[in-house]
Amino acid sequence: MTAPPAEAAATPGQIAVAHGVAAPPAPWRLLLRKPTFLIGVAILLFWIACAIFGQAIAPHDPLAQSLLAKNSAPSGAHWFGTDSLGRDVLSRVIVGARDILLIAPLATLLGTVLGTVVGLIMGYIGGIVDTVLGRIVEAVLALPVVVVAFLFIVAVGPSSVTLIVVIGFIFTPLIARTVRTAVLVESQQDYLASARLLGERPGYIMLAEILPNVLPVIVVEFTVRLGYAIFAVATLSFLGFGVQQPTPDWGGDIAANYGLLGAGYWWEVLFAAMAIASLVMALNLVTDGIEQVISS
Amino acid sequence: MSEPGTTTDAAASAASGPAAAPTLDVRNLGVTYRVRGQDRAAIRDVSFQIGPRESYGLVGESGSGKSTVALALTRYLPRNGFVSGGSISIAGQDPLTLSGAALRSLRARTVSMVYQEPGRALNPSIKAGRQIAEVFEIAGLDRTTSADRAQDMLRKVQIPDPGQVMDRYPHQLSGGMAQRVVIAMALAAEPSLLILDEPTTALDATVEAEVLDLVAGLRAEMATSVLFISHNLAVIAKMCDRVGVLYAGEMVEEGPAGVVFEQPEHPYTVGLLRCIPRRGQRKDHGRLDAIPGFLPAPGQQVAGCIFAERCALVIDECRTAQPPAEPVGPGHTARCIRHADAAELPRATPADVTLPASPGSGEPIVTIRGLSTTYKNADTELKALTGVDLQIMRGETLGLVGESGSGKTTLARALLGLITPDDGSVVEFDGRPLPVDLRRRPRELLRAVQIVFQNPDSALNRRHTVRRLISRPLSRLAGLSGSRLAERLADLVRSVRMEPRHLPLRPGQLSGGLKQRVAIARAFGGGPRLVVCDEPTSALDVSVQAAILNLLADLQAKEQVTYLFISHDLGVVRYLSDRIAVLYLGRLMEVGPAETVFSGPHHPYTEALLSAVPSLDGQRRDRIRLAGEIPSAATPPSGCVFHTRCPRKLDSGLCESTEPPLAEVEPGHLMSCHIPIADLRRMQETPR
Repeated sequence: MTAPPAEAAATPGQIAVAHGVAAPPAPWRLLLRKPTFLIGVAILLFWIACAIFGQAIAPHDPLAQSLLAKNSAPSGAHWFGTDSLGRDVLSRVIVGARDILLIAPLATLLGTVLGTVVGLIMGYIGGIVDTVLGRIVEAVLALPVVVVAFLFIVAVGPSSVTLIVVIGFIFTPLIARTVRTAVLVESQQDYLASARLLGERPGYIMLAEILPNVLPVIVVEFTVRLGYAIFAVATLSFLGFGVQQPTPDWGGDIAANYGLLGAGYWWEVLFAAMAIASLVMALNLVTDGIEQVISS
Repeated sequence: MSEPGTTTDAAASAASGPAAAPTLDVRNLGVTYRVRGQDRAAIRDVSFQIGPRESYGLVGESGSGKSTVALALTRYLPRNGFVSGGSISIAGQDPLTLSGAALRSLRARTVSMVYQEPGRALNPSIKAGRQIAEVFEIAGLDRTTSADRAQDMLRKVQIPDPGQVMDRYPHQLSGGMAQRVVIAMALAAEPSLLILDEPTTALDATVEAEVLDLVAGLRAEMATSVLFISHNLAVIAKMCDRVGVLYAGEMVEEGPAGVVFEQPEHPYTVGLLRCIPRRGQRKDHGRLDAIPGFLPAPGQQVAGCIFAERCALVIDECRTAQPPAEPVGPGHTARCIRHADAAELPRATPADVTLPASPGSGEPIVTIRGLSTTYKNADTELKALTGVDLQIMRGETLGLVGESGSGKTTLARALLGLITPDDGSVVEFDGRPLPVDLRRRPRELLRAVQIVFQNPDSALNRRHTVRRLISRPLSRLAGLSGSRLAERLADLVRSVRMEPRHLPLRPGQLSGGLKQRVAIARAFGGGPRLVVCDEPTSALDVSVQAAILNLLADLQAKEQVTYLFISHDLGVVRYLSDRIAVLYLGRLMEVGPAETVFSGPHHPYTEALLSAVPSLDGQRRDRIRLAGEIPSAATPPSGCVFHTRCPRKLDSGLCESTEPPLAEVEPGHLMSCHIPIADLRRMQETPR
């Protein structure tokens, strides 16, 4: 290779100064292109509207009894019919969204926050801490969920706060285990060594370095658990340990009326059951969408 | 484009003469990927022919489309990719029009492929022998004959104990062994065309050399045409008769390998070759050049020459129409209207810089004595380093070389405090013992020793912005804040040749080279005195590597730091290092001034390493090859750990029984070998 003419030599500062690569589209933009996700969000928003404005939307007072019109089939006056006390089923389904949509997300949030903290500690500190916490997590996971919930609620007495705390605690080890696995994957990355070489404290490394990278996993876990929480609240209410009658509640209403199914009063159970199913399904659609976008 | 076989070089190798029909004939091939509803052209108007028994090299950097060409040939393009134009003919068949059974038969009998990762090409749950035998069974042979033929194939690829290897599962084979099995499978069907896609990139240098020798030998033996795809120009130069240079999906230059690499006629090829350290180039004389700018974005429409944006010879005409492939010599074409001036391509970086004379004053900044590290598992102990004694002098660059498993990275991590060495190991920094535990190191020592990791994707937190990534060491280690931090940040960003507009971006939005610049800025943020560079360019393309190497050299001169430079690439180490240390199985084999270690006499292991590396400057005469595989560090050989592979082992049995001490054989040149230096010099000067 011949030496290039000296006058043509460019200044070194010009080399390889470059533009960045085009930014990938923001994840939420991709989400908006998924029809299943949008359907899920629509159903979810509908129930959230019911939870907030239920009393205003409902055609009747959900608590008003009308013994003359009890067990009447769906009609123009009562679209979803009335129950055994003559209360309007449609109004009770609409207003019944309130408590479950308050308790389930708060319980899941509690479980996610606690689970994330425990999972970060287990995954990052490791060693004996991981072993001890790991055994506790396994022990909790080995207990039947409903039985543990019963014991707590019987001991403390049923209330919304009790439900939130109980379900939150039950979810904690599950979420901790998932977060721990994600943290272990991140632990292989050199950026943690790099942070340690800057003398960063463990708290900073866990919260500022690792947490943002495991956040997608936590978001997915939150939405999955939220579906389970809806189910758990409905189940406990159905069994009489959750939201107490006469407060409108899907699980409680099913419990109050399912004995009359044999008499052909299907509307008193069906609509509340469909409400639970639609909410859980909507959450699953949303979760699927988020999961696909994150994993792609 | 000329017919294959009309060139002097190709005619010599193509035994069947110029009239023979090419085994592979690709004409005006175009490949397009459909990404989010938009068509992106990945390959545009690529034509080339491979004659019978010819070996053709396709060379290009990442994103050039070389693997896409290989996939298109066998119609293995991913679902969103399709051939948008042109024709392909393999031994007279057109894979683009074949259907079902005919396409299967083409893939089974006519074309074979070998990929980069042998581990992924083999089915992990089927024994090696069965996988090869399957090829024969598909061809219609019965089970026993197939098994016999499979064993013959293993012998052919020079596997020492074929019977035993037949019965092994892929995970029980080493990387080099597995790649031989894959090659055996590929050749079992006696294909007309063998496609090798980066076949040795995942292998160590000494193993790579053996596999390349094997492929060269088999090619002579079997009448197979070879398409060899690689980013490594030296490997292509060694293996191929003719070569095509791909850039951003276009064939910019094509011709006989020797001619293209010696007298390139396209500015891109010229620039690419100037990026590779050769002929003993060093950081202070004969600087590497870099190619300014970046590859066009995928699918970007370019009206004129695809390289015009980055070309120093560009004239207005270049931007109006794609230049034709102009014949510039026998069988040699270049898509450049200014090819006559290509050799005079102005440099993007000055060739000669005056670096302050290396202040390697002989005063050590780091002293390592008896450094051993052990990885303990449930029931096994793996000694990654055994009693290493090493000094790093103030202001120098110490190059640390060795194959995978030699303990290079372990040594670096022990020095940094990321892993704890065994008791009795001494690491002193500036005359004071360096606390083993990172948490016990005062801020002064933390900032003194920093690292540039191999893979910036892993070393940079992908959720943080460039600003945060570079600012953090400034506030943590240098203790800066406010306007002084902003000032130093701007200074640092400038000195790694980045721009303020990069600051709000996250690593995912940067190219590989820019990411590594951020990592370098981070390492220099605290004002270090020793920076460990752990293979800082091995994840980068050649043209980016050159810019990073020059940046490291400039920064060293500016900031007066000492480097411990780890690399498996001897050319890169030679370019940057003042002294070299050679590790094998966790033991130091040789330490000395770079020129002494490279010119010899060298330790037999260093000699083998040097002769294993293919070079663009022609092959060395005195090539020695290592037998067998690298032993496991869990069960190191007795005596000198290298004796199991050493081609110069003494007959007396001394090598097997006694470990040679690391002794000074010349001033400043230490070696761990029983053979006296005078004997080594005599052996290595006599061509074998």
